[in-house]
Amino acid sequence: MTTLAHTKPMTKVGSRSEPKPYVNPYVGGVLLGIVLFLAFFLTGNGLGASGGLNRLIIWVIDLVAPQHVDRVSYLLHYAGGDKNALDHWIVLMTVGIFLGGFISGWLGRRVKLETVRGPRVSVRQRWLLAYLGGIVTGFGARLARGCTSGQGLSGSATLSVGSWAFLLAFFAGGYGLAYFVRRLWN
Amino acid sequence: MAPFPLFDLIGKFATYVVYLLIGISFGAVLEMSGFALSTKLTGQFYMRDQTVFKVMFTGVIVAMVLVFGATGLGMLDYNRIWVPPTYLWPGTLGGLLIGVGFIIGGFCPGTSVMAAATGKIDAMFFVGGILTGIIVFGESLGFFDHFWNSSYMGRFTLPDLLGVSTGAVVLGTVLVAILLLWGADLVERIYDPKKKLKPDLTPAHFLGAGVLALMAVGVMVIGQPTVEDLWQRVAPEKEPLLANREVQIHPAELRKLYYDPQVNLIMLDVRDEADYNIFHIKDARRVDLDKLEEIVPELQNAPEGTVVVLMSNDETWATEGWKRLVALGVPNVYILEGGINNWLAVYGEGEHEPLATGGDETLRYVFHAALGDKDPVAEPSQHDEGIEYTPKVKIEKKAPTGGGGCG
Repeated sequence: MTTLAHTKPMTKVGSRSEPKPYVNPYVGGVLLGIVLFLAFFLTGNGLGASGGLNRLIIWVIDLVAPQHVDRVSYLLHYAGGDKNALDHWIVLMTVGIFLGGFISGWLGRRVKLETVRGPRVSVRQRWLLAYLGGIVTGFGARLARGCTSGQGLSGSATLSVGSWAFLLAFFAGGYGLAYFVRRLWN
Repeated sequence: MAPFPLFDLIGKFATYVVYLLIGISFGAVLEMSGFALSTKLTGQFYMRDQTVFKVMFTGVIVAMVLVFGATGLGMLDYNRIWVPPTYLWPGTLGGLLIGVGFIIGGFCPGTSVMAAATGKIDAMFFVGGILTGIIVFGESLGFFDHFWNSSYMGRFTLPDLLGVSTGAVVLGTVLVAILLLWGADLVERIYDPKKKLKPDLTPAHFLGAGVLALMAVGVMVIGQPTVEDLWQRVAPEKEPLLANREVQIHPAELRKLYYDPQVNLIMLDVRDEADYNIFHIKDARRVDLDKLEEIVPELQNAPEGTVVVLMSNDETWATEGWKRLVALGVPNVYILEGGINNWLAVYGEGEHEPLATGGDETLRYVFHAALGDKDPVAEPSQHDEGIEYTPKVKIEKKAPTGGGGCG
């Protein structure tokens, strides 16, 4: 159930259920660019993901504590009164990302219940770090009003200055901390 | 011209299906590129695996060339595409945090959702973390909401910042990106020598880069449409509205809009400062015709039920402003019929004497002092004085597909 570090799916010659290799990154990039363009062309909006998760958790909060939602202005905006936080295109897109990931993974025989981790980190440690990294990311995504999909990809493609600043800061954050957490991944 | 008002064309359910399909395509592309593996994703930050950089930047420049190429060819209206407004400091700090979260947790929001779908338990914990982080954000926002709303620069793009044309920015970005991508290939080979003995770059790579660079040159050569171009494209449909007097509203209708609680009225006065200072309707904003383009994003992001009314002394300048706003895709734009002169004719009796002389677009009333909006006639009367007029304002519902971006 746990898997050590690998960056390519492991192929065993002759095995019938080996995962298929990934596409060439440039091919992936071109496909991504086309999907992004089609999103703009057909809908006027780019891609996004954090917004869907945002609305999901707010919807849950609204389910268990609606009075609280009506008192916190950030939550009110999404789910105040009768508003259904899930009634927004970004939620559909995020569900789509989940489905698309599964479909592609299934077709590529890469769906597997496993924990992907660096060779020097235990499964439990990986889970904890994933959770902590997620907290920082969730907070950061709300602060930035978007994530690598909404700001990094979509905003950059449309030449938004804030999005390019976001992108630079994203890589700075990752590279800046990489040396100090190298034990996690190497 | 794209983008299309999907809600109006195909209804809400079908529109949501479109978004679902786009999301599916996005998730699939991410997965097939290998982004379900946190070890592969973080490999980017240890140089040995440049897939993240390659996929992201190739994606950005391909989309960029297609978006601006389509706009240049008149197939797509860039002005109606969602461009995230710039909040410089919260955006930069947020980006930094996402980078930190990435190197600690191994994912970003989109990749974690996709990876969870392929069974990666670490991704599932990451998603749980994101949801937690969002809760923390919402609950603590009260302590720093001033910061969160600071450094707002609106729809601020690289061409605005650098003072060069869009085409030049696109071409420059594509060329720099191609160079960096070539560099990324080199870096991969240096940091992970056991990976490749043969060169990674085939003729296909060079061909692809060449095609993209050529397309970027094409984008620059075609150029982006001017406001005049945009107007010419919509003129067949919109010019009749002017000729048939469908968008010129009587001062009494403006008065009614002013006090209508369901209407978000934005009045734009396109006269010069001198006339504006002498007299203007209360809450009317002064905007130079040439600067109208700059406030378009604000107008497009305005809430449901927003009506924009342009006014000048007569109608000539307001009509020019109307054409520009309509060309740039602003909905619900109207002109004050007869302009300020007419407003004064209807409501100014007894307050201001009319002047017999004065050409087009001059203020033809006597003002003894420049009172601006403190003039007795400046504030629309709260009482409906029973003046007859033909109501013309029909509020077009905004396609909910616009605005809000990431939600």
